[in-house]
Amino acid sequence: MTNHWSDIGNADVIFIMGSNAAENHPISFYWVTKAMEKGAVLIHVDPRFTRTSAKANIYAPIRPGTDIAFLGGMVKYIVEDIEKNPQNYNMEYLREYSNAGWLINTKYSFSDGLFSGYDASTRSYKDKSGWQYQPDDKGIPKLDRTFADPSCVFQLLKKHYARYDLSTVSRVTGTSENMLVEVYQAFALSGRKDRAGTILYAMGTTQHTVGSQNVRAYAIIQLLLANVGIAGGGINALRGESNVQGATDHALLFQYIPGYLPIQSTAHPTLAKYLESITTKTSDPRSGNWKQHQPKYAVSLLKAWYGAAATKDNEFGYQYLPKIQAGGNYSFIALFEAMDKGIVKGLLALGQNPAVGGPNSNAERKALEKLDWLVDVDLWETETAAFWKRPGVDPKTIKTEVFLLPACASYEKEGSVSNSGRWAQWRYKAIDPPGDAEDDLWIMAHMMSKVRELYAREGGPNADAITKLTWDYGEHPDPNRVAKEINGYDLNTGKLMTNFLTLKDDGTTSSGNWLYCGSYNETGNLMARRDPKDNSTIGLYSNWAWCWPVNRRIIYNRASVDLTGNPFDPKRPVVKWDAASKKWTGDVIDGFGTRGPDLYPFIMLPEGAARLFGMGMADGPFPEHYEPWETPAKNVFSNIQFNPAARVWRPQEQGTPDKFPYVATTYRVSEHWQAGAMTRNLPWLVELMPEMFVEIDEELAAEKGIENASRVVVEGARGQINAVAMVTKRLKPMLIDGKVVHTIGLPWHYGYMGLATGDSANILTAYIGDANTTIPEYKAFLVNIRRA
Amino acid sequence: MAEKAILFDTTRCIACRACQVACKQWWELPAESTINRGTYENPPVLSASTWNRLRFRETSVNGKINWLFTRHACMHCSSAVCVWVCPTFARTYEENGSVTIDRERCIGCGRCEEFCPFKAPVLGRHNISPRIAVELGTPRQVAFKCVLCKDRLEDGLTPSCVKTCPPGALQFGDREGLVAKGKARVNAIKAAHPKASLYGETELNGLHVMYVLMEKPAVHGLPENPQVEDYPLYDENTFPDWYVRAVADGKLPAFPPNAKPEWYLQPKLVPVPAPPEPAFPAAVSRIIPSWSQPALWSWLGVGVIGGAVAIGWTIKRRNGMKDHKKT
Repeated sequence: MTNHWSDIGNADVIFIMGSNAAENHPISFYWVTKAMEKGAVLIHVDPRFTRTSAKANIYAPIRPGTDIAFLGGMVKYIVEDIEKNPQNYNMEYLREYSNAGWLINTKYSFSDGLFSGYDASTRSYKDKSGWQYQPDDKGIPKLDRTFADPSCVFQLLKKHYARYDLSTVSRVTGTSENMLVEVYQAFALSGRKDRAGTILYAMGTTQHTVGSQNVRAYAIIQLLLANVGIAGGGINALRGESNVQGATDHALLFQYIPGYLPIQSTAHPTLAKYLESITTKTSDPRSGNWKQHQPKYAVSLLKAWYGAAATKDNEFGYQYLPKIQAGGNYSFIALFEAMDKGIVKGLLALGQNPAVGGPNSNAERKALEKLDWLVDVDLWETETAAFWKRPGVDPKTIKTEVFLLPACASYEKEGSVSNSGRWAQWRYKAIDPPGDAEDDLWIMAHMMSKVRELYAREGGPNADAITKLTWDYGEHPDPNRVAKEINGYDLNTGKLMTNFLTLKDDGTTSSGNWLYCGSYNETGNLMARRDPKDNSTIGLYSNWAWCWPVNRRIIYNRASVDLTGNPFDPKRPVVKWDAASKKWTGDVIDGFGTRGPDLYPFIMLPEGAARLFGMGMADGPFPEHYEPWETPAKNVFSNIQFNPAARVWRPQEQGTPDKFPYVATTYRVSEHWQAGAMTRNLPWLVELMPEMFVEIDEELAAEKGIENASRVVVEGARGQINAVAMVTKRLKPMLIDGKVVHTIGLPWHYGYMGLATGDSANILTAYIGDANTTIPEYKAFLVNIRRA
Repeated sequence: MAEKAILFDTTRCIACRACQVACKQWWELPAESTINRGTYENPPVLSASTWNRLRFRETSVNGKINWLFTRHACMHCSSAVCVWVCPTFARTYEENGSVTIDRERCIGCGRCEEFCPFKAPVLGRHNISPRIAVELGTPRQVAFKCVLCKDRLEDGLTPSCVKTCPPGALQFGDREGLVAKGKARVNAIKAAHPKASLYGETELNGLHVMYVLMEKPAVHGLPENPQVEDYPLYDENTFPDWYVRAVADGKLPAFPPNAKPEWYLQPKLVPVPAPPEPAFPAAVSRIIPSWSQPALWSWLGVGVIGGAVAIGWTIKRRNGMKDHKKT
C-alpha cells in the first residue's frame, strides 16, 4: 500500500477492482464503511457479484483478463476530460509531479500490439533504447509542460489509448457502455483537488499474464487524478497473508535481497560492479534520486550477514553470496519445472502448500515425486506433506523422503508482522504450542546451525558462505535479537542505528534490511508501540506500531502539496512546508527533510517524476490489452493475441474454446484461508463452507441441465475436478464481441487433507506467467462443465 | 439497569460470519456436519449448537442484483412467547430486557421451539457444550438459544458477536440510544433503499435485537408482523419425574425467585398497535408501558388477567404436584 488501512476512511471514492475486500479483507470494511457513511462512493469491478459488490454503490461486471481494456477506456475518458475541463483536475500535479510533460526518444513507437524493440526469438523487448527520455545537453530529460510536443508522454498516452473507445472496450470486457461511463465518471470525480480517490486491489489484478501492467494502469489513472501521495488516495495492494508484506520486504521474491535491493547475478562478478548497477544517477538538481544511497544499504546488509568476516579487503563478503544466472528465472513455476527435471532435489516448504496453491496442481504434485527430500513445516499435515499418499497414487512408487516439522501458530510465538499498510506490529506469545511444535525462528536457527556444523566438518563448495555467517542465536533464539539485527548497528559504538540516513558503505554500519532501519533503535522496540491516539487530522496514528520507511504513513507525500509547500487539499493535510523555519510538519516527509517543495516528489526515481510512461517494464511502457493465455475471444485491439513478453512453460497444454468454451476464475472466500490447511482443519469453519463448489449462472445451468446443489464435473486442458454446483443470479452471461460468454467461479481452498476435502481448483490452472513477475495466470482460463 | 439491545445494520454487514464463529467459540458449541446446499448459507437452520447464523438472500429487481445478509438469532422480545409458554418457568426476562434460559428447569417440552415466531430456540442434548452442561435431572433434551452473552455482560463486556464484527454492523448499547441510531440510519439510506425500515422497535412490544433493513422484512426472511399462534395449555400431568421430585425436594424452587408470575402463561398476543406517534418517547411500547401511552389500558387489562391466570395456574399446578408426589 502507498497508504494504509485506516486511511481508506479518508477517501471520497473507493475503487475496488480485482479484489473481494469484504470477503478476503473483512477489516478493510471497517474503514470502507466509515468512508461511505461520510458520503464516499464505492465502486466494485469484478467478474462475480460478491459480498463486496453487495455493499457497492456501483457494481460493474467484467470478463476475467480484460482489466487493461476496462482501465484503458478510463484513461481515455480522463485524458479527454482533462483537455475539456482542466479546472476539474489538479493540473499542477500532472505538470510538475508526473512525467506527462517529459519528452520520449523519437525511436519509441507502438504499432499493432507491439512496442518498439521487440525480439520475437527471445519473446522479449531486447532493445529498450526507444523507451527513454530525450536528454538535454546536461543529461536532464527535456520537458514540455504545455503538453504540446508530440513526443511528450501526455501526447503519447493520449495516442495510445485513443483506440480504447467505449464501444471497443465494451466488446472486449462485456461491460455495457452505460456502465463503463458510470464507473469512469464516478472515479474521475476524484481528480478534483478537494477530492480523494483510492484504488484497492488484490490477486484478481495481479494473477494474469498482464498482472504488472494491470497495476501500472492503476498508477496511470491515479497520477492523472493526482491521487498518489494524498490522504484517502493511493494504490493499495491488499496483501493475501497477514505478513506477506513483511515477507516481501525481506526478499520473498527471487529478484531481490532484503529491502528490494536487486539480487546479485553473474552480470555482477564483483561488489564494485554490483554496487554500480544499483546506483542510479541524475544531474537534475531538483531530483533527490534516493537510490544513489543503495550501496550503503547493500554493504550494511553484508555486514549484518557476515559481521567481522566482511571486510573491505574481501568485498565485505560479496563473493560468499551465490549469484543467479543473469536473466535467469527462479520464480515459483520455474522452481517446480526444475524439480520436475531433477535439477532441484530438495524442497523446504514453510507454511506453504503448493500441492493446493500452486498452478497446475497435478503437475506440481508429480514434480514433488522427483525430489530426494521434502521438509514441510506447518501446523497440519498439508496436501504437500501428504503428496505421496494422495488419492490415485501408490506410495510404494514414491521415493521422496518427507519430513514434517510441526510449527507454532501465530499466537504461540513472538515477533513482528507487517501488514499491507507497511505497519510492522509486534505481537507476543499468548499460549504454549502443542506437542513438539516450535516457532519458525527456532526451526530456522537450529536447522542452519546443523548445516553449519556439517560444512565446518566436511567442507564443500563455497563452505565459507555458510561457516562465516553470523549465526549465534543459541538454543532459544530471541526475536528481539533478530529484530535488532535487522534494524542494524553502528559498529563503532555498538549502538543501534537510529534510522537508515546514517548507514554507510565503508563497513562501519550493519543493517539486515535498510527499510526496517529505525524500527528497533536505542529508544526501544518501536514496532511494539500501542498508542491509539491520533495526533494528525487524517488518522495517521503515528505512535501505533512502526511503519517503513522511517514511520512514514503515506509514501510519496511530497506530492500532496503544491509548489509552495501548501496542501492541495487543506481539509486533508498530509504534510506542510514552513518556509520560514524550513521545516515540514505532519507525516514524516518523504526523504530529504531539509529540502523544500522544490524537490521532485517521487524520490525513488532518478527523474523524480512519477511515470505515466513506465520504461522499467518488461512488456511495454504503457499497459496494452492482450487476451489471457486461454480465452474465448480474439484480441480486437491488435493482431497480437497474447502478451508477447509473458512466460510460457508448457505451450502444448493450452485449452481452446472449441473444447473448453467457458471462462473460469478462481478466488477465496471469507471462511477459508489460502490453501486451506489452517481452516479446513477447523470444524467451525468447515461447517460454514464444507465442500468444493463452482458458481455458475442460471442460463448456463439451464442449458446444461444442472440443478442447484447437484454435482458437476469441470474439465480443462490440464485436468478435471468434481464440485457442487451453486447456481446463482450473481453471475450473468456476457456478450463478448457478439458472442455469449459464460464465466464460472471456483474457490481454490480445497484439497485431499483436513476435515473438509474436495478437488483443488488449481488442477485446472496453467503454467503461464506474467511478463514482469511470472506470477501464474490463476484468474482467467478455459473449462467445460457437465453434470457428474 | 437500562434496557440494552443489539442493533444489526444490514447495510454494513459483509456476511463474513465472524459473529457465527465467535458465538460458537464463546459458548464452546460444537460444529455441525453440513453440506453445500447451493448457497453460502450454513448451517441451514438454528440449532442447539448454532444460536446465531446469517441468512443469504439473492434478489433481482429489474436486472439489478442484490445480496442480502440478515442475522438469524433470538430477538429478545419484550413480549416473548417462549417465556409465556414455558410450563416450568425456565425463561427469565433479565433486567436489561434480554430473555435467558435456566436449563436446569427446562424439561425439553419443545413449546418454545414450536411457538417462537423467529424459530430461535431449539432443543438439543443437555451436554452439548461442556461449559453450560445441565447437572440437575436426567440426561435429556433442553432448549438452547442466544442469551445475549449474559456472562459477558455481567463482566462488562459486549456480546461476542458484537465484539468480533469487523465492519461494525453489530452495535450494542442502551436500547433507547440504538433506536435513535437505527432511525437515523434508516433515514440516511432511504434514498438508496426506499423500503428501508427499523425492525424491532415496536414488534412484539419491542425487540432487544433491532435491524436496519434495506428491503421489506419478508425479503430479509423476517415475519412482517410477528404474531403468535394460538397455543394449548401444557398438561401438567406430563411433568417428568425428576422435575417433580426436584421441586418437591426443594432442589428447584417451585417458582424462580426473580421471576414474576405475570410473565408466564399470557393469553394469545394482541396484535401490535401501530407505531406510536412521534410525540411519544421511543420506549412507549414495551411490556410495561408508560402511563402516557394510549394503548396502556388494553395492556393493563392483559396484564391483570394474565397475571391472575398465571398465579391461579401456579397454585393449581403446585396442588397437582402434591398429588403426584402422593401417588
